Amino acid sequence: MNRDQLRILLPVVSLAVLLGAVFWLQPRAMSYLGLNLLFNLAVPIALATIAQMLIIMVNDLDLSIGTFVSFVACVTATLVQTDPVLGYLVLAAGIAGYAAMGALIHLRNLPAIVVTLGMSFVWGGLAVLILPSPGGASPEWLRSLMTVKPPLVPMAIVASVVIAVAAHLLVRRSAFGVVLRGVGGNAASVERAGWSVLKAKAAAYALAGFFGTLSGMALVGLTTAADANIALRYTLLSIAGVILGGGEFTGGRVSPVGAVIGALTLALAGSFLSFMRLSPDWQIGAQGAILILVLAVRLLVSRGRGRRVAA
Amino acid sequence: MSDQTDTTPVVALENARKLFGAVRALDGVTLAIAPGECLGLVGHNGAGKSTLVNLVNGGLNLTEGTIRLGAGTASPETSIAAARAAGVRCVFQELSLCPNLTVTENVRIPHRGLTGRGWRRRARAIVAEKLAEIFPGHAIDPGAAVGALSIAERQMVEIAIAFSVFDEPPRLVILDEPTSSLDAGLAEQLLAHVRRFCAAGGAVIFISHMLGEILDIASRIVVMKDGRITEERARGGFDRQGLVDAMGHVAAEGAEDPRAAARSLEGAEVVISTPGGLTARRGEIVGLAGLGGHGQAEALEQICLARSSSWKGTRSPKVAFVAGDRARDGLFPIWSILRNATLSRLPALTRRGLVDRAAEEEMAAEWRRRIGIRTDDMDNPILSLSGGNQQKVLFARALGTSAPVVLMDDPMRGVDVGTKRDVYDMIRAEAAGGRTFIWYSTETEEVCQCDRVYVFRLGRIAAELTGAEITEENILAASFEMEAAE
Repeated sequence: MNRDQLRILLPVVSLAVLLGAVFWLQPRAMSYLGLNLLFNLAVPIALATIAQMLIIMVNDLDLSIGTFVSFVACVTATLVQTDPVLGYLVLAAGIAGYAAMGALIHLRNLPAIVVTLGMSFVWGGLAVLILPSPGGASPEWLRSLMTVKPPLVPMAIVASVVIAVAAHLLVRRSAFGVVLRGVGGNAASVERAGWSVLKAKAAAYALAGFFGTLSGMALVGLTTAADANIALRYTLLSIAGVILGGGEFTGGRVSPVGAVIGALTLALAGSFLSFMRLSPDWQIGAQGAILILVLAVRLLVSRGRGRRVAA
Repeated sequence: MSDQTDTTPVVALENARKLFGAVRALDGVTLAIAPGECLGLVGHNGAGKSTLVNLVNGGLNLTEGTIRLGAGTASPETSIAAARAAGVRCVFQELSLCPNLTVTENVRIPHRGLTGRGWRRRARAIVAEKLAEIFPGHAIDPGAAVGALSIAERQMVEIAIAFSVFDEPPRLVILDEPTSSLDAGLAEQLLAHVRRFCAAGGAVIFISHMLGEILDIASRIVVMKDGRITEERARGGFDRQGLVDAMGHVAAEGAEDPRAAARSLEGAEVVISTPGGLTARRGEIVGLAGLGGHGQAEALEQICLARSSSWKGTRSPKVAFVAGDRARDGLFPIWSILRNATLSRLPALTRRGLVDRAAEEEMAAEWRRRIGIRTDDMDNPILSLSGGNQQKVLFARALGTSAPVVLMDDPMRGVDVGTKRDVYDMIRAEAAGGRTFIWYSTETEEVCQCDRVYVFRLGRIAAELTGAEITEENILAASFEMEAAE
């Protein structure tokens, strides 16, 4: 078994264990409707996690993805409804904003954490300007897309698989994705081979903006309304999802399939804790405990392997 | 490659100069490399080889002079893309693959044309074929992640990628220390391939510290020193000794012998003894020499870590460390001179958990006088000082402790001559007082100040020199591989 396969094994196992525990606590979840309910809200989280993964892939960290998704949700629930042309233009401008942010971070050699933290206030402020109080409505096509009932497998699972496969093809299989991951692995070598690291970084950020936009739209399609604070917790959830899915903060080692599984695991952890009748006050802490547990196991596994390789 | 029988140089440099600030990295080099030629390039650290390589491959622009690629026009401007288009490929000294990508994916990075359907299959076929051609019998899986390969295997992959033909065939391949991580068998395979490549009309610049290889493979040998080409001879014009002599520095300008007072330390107590074979006695100045990156810094690190706890500070440390890379592991750039100087002494300057300001100032004032830090006010920011004076502050920090052993990691980089003299005197005075110094230096003049010198090569001690044996020739000879003459 090679390193990549091992990397994906742990998220798969953690998801399976958690799913088993949920089914054991609540056997009725083992149905078409039950699964859809369990994983429904995981779809936008999975998309946001892919966005975060694209940033982590080039050795940066995005602290603004939560507010960006909220901003997109607000635009989708208002402007896209009332004035579609302007609405989609604003969404496109958001993606362009992400690309510009990536270019700025590379050009001025700024720490991504600081720039994205600053941008998170910009996106948050814009969201409040567009939608001062919770409300708005989902475009009809989006609503029907997110609530479609395919035969046999619920929408949430189909969507997760589609996201995972699309991101995998883009990041892991395409010639373009190789250059992007190369920037994370050894930017100097990519530059010496005649590539523009600036363009590559801007492209990675633009792609992240694109997936963030999809996340916000999917969220509105599910909730049918928006709120300027609707997705604030996505920032930390997406980072946790990437790491849970076998990604690493540096070195361009990311796994799109793992990231989606990580997002599903985190969404499921919330449901699992509800089924355990744990007070919501404790849920965030308990979610953190699950995360620490999984990462501790991963550390132990990789240490054990490291020792064997050294021996 | 039958159309490459013309003799237009692949690359021609005309009076090339490259300045980094006031440092002349390359000082008027004129060099042309013809097809079919294997140019051996030798020189000590800092002789300008890397700068020359970076000019040829387009990574740096010239400050003065011109560069001409193939049949193009001579121009001071160059670019990586232009160099690549002219068929210049480079295998860098530090491994420059992406460890997170597979071997096949790494082929994609330098070869922009690899896109579209089936690029992975094509890349895999090309790299597998080249690997088999250069290193028959290798066991590298093109699907494996580079991070999982050994250092030698990574180097083999890099070499194979550089020689492989994609959109344009390679016309000039620069090999910078290609054999440093290969064993003898693999190195021989590589040399055989270089010969075949040159016979077919390709050009190679071969940089190596293994002089035997250079003498074996090069059709022309160029010796660089202080940014200039000092000697240039065709194959057979040099023997090993001639090459070592040609690389040596100009003899020290009549300075008095620093070891005038040769000291006998035979009876002194041994304070350091490492598994690697390094020992140091009380009051001794031990030098670590050899080419950069051959294990000297690691040896210092081992000594330091073995004698200090990572958990708790102490009032009486066993070792003190003087950093050479000031910006990276020496200075606290936003602190004052005073705070930078007293840092390592703080445990002894502390009373009831608080820093004793008066004692701190007293200590700073004393060191300012003793070591001659040129400033009006020790409360000025550290960056207001010149590089040499910054280094003095770091010396004060280390010498201000009660540590019996002081480790120095090439501390005189970029320090002016006057400061050097001051520091040499101080080191000798401190050593006479019973302190032990372990001094890694890339400058032979400094190494000659030591009582005893270990020369490192490939992470191990290659030679131990004492007293009158410490000469530039002996150090150079031990730094470079000198196989027994056949």
